[in-house]
Amino acid sequence: MLEKVEKLSKPKVATSTDVKKARKRKEILAIIAFIAPALLVYGVYVVYSIFMTFYYSLFDWSGIDNNLVFLGLSNYIELFQDGVFWKSLQNNFLLVAASLLTQLPLGLIMALLLFSPIKGIRFFRSIFFMPFLMSTVAIGILFIFIYDGNFGLLNDLLRMVGLESWQRAWIGTESTAIWAVIATVCWQFAPFYMILFRAAIVGIPEELYEAADIDGANSLQRFKNITFPLLMPIITTSAILSIIGSLKYFDLIYVMTGGGPSNSTELMATYMYKQTFTNFNMGYGSSVSFSMLIIAFIVTIVILFGERRRRGEE
Amino acid sequence: MIRKISQMPIYLLAIILLLFTGLPFFIMVNTSFKQQLEFMTSPWSLPESISFSNYALLLELDFTRYFLNSLFLSVASVILVIVLGAMASYPLARLKFRLNKPVFLLFMIGMMIPIHTTLIPIYILTSKMGLYDTLWGLIGPYVAFALPISVIIFTQFMRDIPRELEESAKIDGCGHFRLFWRIIFPLLTPAVATVAIYNFIHIWNEFIFALVLTSSSDVATLPLGLREFYGEFSVNVPGIMAALTLGSLPLLLVYFVAQEKIVKGLAAGSVKG
Repeated sequence: MLEKVEKLSKPKVATSTDVKKARKRKEILAIIAFIAPALLVYGVYVVYSIFMTFYYSLFDWSGIDNNLVFLGLSNYIELFQDGVFWKSLQNNFLLVAASLLTQLPLGLIMALLLFSPIKGIRFFRSIFFMPFLMSTVAIGILFIFIYDGNFGLLNDLLRMVGLESWQRAWIGTESTAIWAVIATVCWQFAPFYMILFRAAIVGIPEELYEAADIDGANSLQRFKNITFPLLMPIITTSAILSIIGSLKYFDLIYVMTGGGPSNSTELMATYMYKQTFTNFNMGYGSSVSFSMLIIAFIVTIVILFGERRRRGEE
Repeated sequence: MIRKISQMPIYLLAIILLLFTGLPFFIMVNTSFKQQLEFMTSPWSLPESISFSNYALLLELDFTRYFLNSLFLSVASVILVIVLGAMASYPLARLKFRLNKPVFLLFMIGMMIPIHTTLIPIYILTSKMGLYDTLWGLIGPYVAFALPISVIIFTQFMRDIPRELEESAKIDGCGHFRLFWRIIFPLLTPAVATVAIYNFIHIWNEFIFALVLTSSSDVATLPLGLREFYGEFSVNVPGIMAALTLGSLPLLLVYFVAQEKIVKGLAAGSVKG
């Protein structure tokens, strides 16, 4: 009887491992089928392209013909000695600083206003948010007219308040162009941070404020002791978004000044574009764009590292 | 939250910020209703009579085509991102396999890559594939760069779906494909909305890929079209302002209809990133 059972069960065990193996194989096939399409698109356009950017950066190449001349790292050495590249790097960091110092505070103030007891909150919120929804090209062209030297809104406003001597062609003048453009970037993106902060403020439990009320805390104390500390994580996230965004910024500058006058508003991305698609220096342009990646990468690592240390100290 | 302060300064601040954010927009719309002569003589006054002639002119020109190009590109790319992103996220969120973490990490790295770093190879690749100066050539890059954020949103969302659901489905002999499309995907609606909104806004306004990968006005998207109008109209400022207004209108209309959803989608999309 016992033997019989064994004989019967033995082949059964064998088939069950077979089934398991088959099932495992089927599962692996399914996983591949699910991930492959996305990975293929991502792999070709992002991963492959990054490697190719580095590859092209080692050559002298116009991009038009097949005449690639291997240079090794010469493009990077040239880049180090290229005053325009340093100027654009400097402008990128200027944009980083301006974004952190104006976009985030403005966004926070606007977000806080949306929770104040004023009437017409919905109206205010809609208008506050509009700059972010406008197409960047539209914003760029609009501000070209606002900054215009002859009939621009800004000059008209200055005349009305008696500051005629300040009037100028704001983006046509080397010394003011970068500030005019940076102000426009901040105008566009401040509302975006308002949205992030607003979402975070909604998430703060009402009980905390009720407790503060019982303790007799005033508005400033409530902001300092409750709102601000609880907003710290989203402020960090916003700072990262703002820094990375400013390092790779392109659109508005390209539309408004194209990097001019005489490179005074050049950013790494506009310089890359100019070298690649205007001057047909694909190799050199690639070295500019690969440097952008390295810089963005280093900055991200530094921020994440600093953030981890700060958290560790708490 | 700022209940106890007197309300006057708050209103003052709110109105200053209102002018700051709204005035340029107001000037744009206001100017678009004027005639050129009227603009020259009194650029900032309200229009004497509201004239739609500038808008009529735009619709005679290529505006409709730019609009349709942008619409096609945004919708096609967003649908592809949703399908590819949600599919890729399913194993990443719910199945155990050795390469799970590395693959997820690979997608995450995409969040910090400046698109400009890929511009030159993508331009060469697109030319080689014969897709230069076509709308199809833009869909690939748009989908590729929308995938990281979308995969992150979908994966996080799918991890929270209770496992009992698929256990019972598996017992019924349901394979992974049927399981995903029949049971998991219909539960993803909130994540799909977030992914769709976030990516639609970005693709609708995308500029640099369109600039580099297309050249003819037949396939120009709205942002490129606006630049063309700017070039063509040169001194016709009211005409340009009408173009800018009309170009900004679609997204603003969508915003006023689905305000809450858009705001939430944007916030969720960015923070997850």
